[in-house]
Amino acid sequence: MSAIYKSGKEPHAKEHRIIFKNVDREGWDPSLSMYETEGGYDQLKKAIKMEPSAITDEVKKAGLRGRGGAGFPAGVKWGFLPPNNEKPVYLICNADESEPGTFKDRYIIHQDPHQLVEGMVISCFAVGANLAYIYIREEFPEGAQILEKAIAEAHEKGYLGKDILGSGFDLEIYVHRGAGAYICGEETGLIESLEGKRPYPRIKPPYFPAAMGLYLCPTIVNNVETLCHVKHILEAGGEEWSKIGTPNNTGTRILCVSGDVQKPGYFEVEVGKVTMGELINDMCGGLKEGRSLKAVIPGGSSAKVLRADEVFTVGRGDDARELTIWDIPMDFDTLAACGSMAGSGGVIVIDDSRSISWVLNNINNFYAHESCGQCTPCREGSLWMKKITDRVVAGKASPSDIDTLDSVARNIDGRTICAFGEAASWPTESFVEKFRDELVADTNPELEDDLLNAEALTAAANLG
Amino acid sequence: MSLDVPSELEKEIDERVTHYPVSKRSAVLPVLHALQHHYGFINEEAVEWTAAKLDLEPIKVLEVVTFYPGFRQSAPGKFHIRVCRTLSCAMAGSYELMESLCDKAGIDRSGVTHHNPIAVSPDGKFSIEFAECLASCGTGPVCLVNDDFHEAVSDVDGLLSHYQ
Repeated sequence: MSAIYKSGKEPHAKEHRIIFKNVDREGWDPSLSMYETEGGYDQLKKAIKMEPSAITDEVKKAGLRGRGGAGFPAGVKWGFLPPNNEKPVYLICNADESEPGTFKDRYIIHQDPHQLVEGMVISCFAVGANLAYIYIREEFPEGAQILEKAIAEAHEKGYLGKDILGSGFDLEIYVHRGAGAYICGEETGLIESLEGKRPYPRIKPPYFPAAMGLYLCPTIVNNVETLCHVKHILEAGGEEWSKIGTPNNTGTRILCVSGDVQKPGYFEVEVGKVTMGELINDMCGGLKEGRSLKAVIPGGSSAKVLRADEVFTVGRGDDARELTIWDIPMDFDTLAACGSMAGSGGVIVIDDSRSISWVLNNINNFYAHESCGQCTPCREGSLWMKKITDRVVAGKASPSDIDTLDSVARNIDGRTICAFGEAASWPTESFVEKFRDELVADTNPELEDDLLNAEALTAAANLG
Repeated sequence: MSLDVPSELEKEIDERVTHYPVSKRSAVLPVLHALQHHYGFINEEAVEWTAAKLDLEPIKVLEVVTFYPGFRQSAPGKFHIRVCRTLSCAMAGSYELMESLCDKAGIDRSGVTHHNPIAVSPDGKFSIEFAECLASCGTGPVCLVNDDFHEAVSDVDGLLSHYQ
């Protein structure tokens, strides 16, 4: 049945809706009965007659890469479960959606919760998990209620609970609400949080969740969008599904655009089939009147910034080609080749009306607030970066402060337990590299000889 | 002084605890959420009650309360507003929204610090704080009022008049 969408919310012609098929649909609601009118839970019925390993094989064949940020192949992740394992296996859905610029999971949870539940039940069957949690951020109170209702409905129909549809497979899914900490999106931090502790990430190795996760048992942690895809992979078959998108960048993904465009929003596209230019100019209606592009942060605020006038060389040897920012296909590999990342799919567009110092300071504020404090370089460094850019914005920094800023960032990157260190330092590293002149222009050369700021002078005096 | 938890609430909490058959400690966040939802914030008695409920040392609960921005240790207003401060919302005017909300609700944020992020209006009706990314970057500026989500907020008077 072809879907009719609410007026003004119709998908763009370049979209390819799979996961967001039911988002903004006219007459659609999040109930189980509605979901069942369009083949809801049919894939689960198929899955429970399959060998669990055959489901994993389909996910591997599909080449599904994790949609949370790292882009790691989901089937391979599942394959890391230890062979001959005798411990319980857990599955956790990471619905802590928190990378600034990303707002896709919210709509799946609010408008199509059963898609996620079905994806999870199939995935749990595939990996042999009888207990699963949806770790949802605290700031989605309505989303948590919608999911609990969906779970109760699925229970009543025998899609969850004991002996699901007579298959002998048991599964309980519970919703677990976070409490406003970004670090809980990091999978080992999330696990600590789910154990009732401060969410200090665990070091890998040895704490790879697939081997030693929740309660030190094998655990699979997947993003909302990733788990939803499992259902569709089963429906199409892995091979067929992998034809969507481009090689090694298969399927669709939801791009979320915010910032200085005419029409910000979410767009589900075939990975790599839409360029940055098409996304900004066609799908988002272009930049604001009379403005020109200054920069784009392409994959959530931790992704390295791309400058509007950069020329990127991608590919090697005979395949090497030059791309402007407008030509970049929105896929995992090309964005990585351009020195940034596809990350969580959150695209933040910055036009020439914005002060780069202000933008970077806003980002630094975020990471300083969200550092968990476990590793010294990150705990101290993220706050130093914030304080330095506070001074730049206030016109109270000296030009050499920009070098200090860069040095602080480079002393975090690679020196922490988890990837938050990179997430916090990449914005500063890339902004300094690409917009040094603009940052320096906001400093005051007359302050160059004032090596110590007032705070440092007081601290030094107190040291005696 | 111990916390006098109504039996309905305790029943709800006991049911939540069953969601964690492997470790009761996992229920720390849900128990705290339920208590904060009822009382508005988490005080020392609530920490001790939670610890007793889950057979934990109170410090194991307190360290959680002090870490997560979602838990408050002092009373908010009747309506607690959280304005998204992060980049896309800031570009869409969230600092201006914060200023306007404070102005209209009579809230003075001058005493706000990292460890004391909430400011309350003198009549106790409204309290406000900045939150980091509320994950609706395409419809900024956004805010939460208690559990209600508001996007593309431009009519501050209209928003506040909903909550009386």
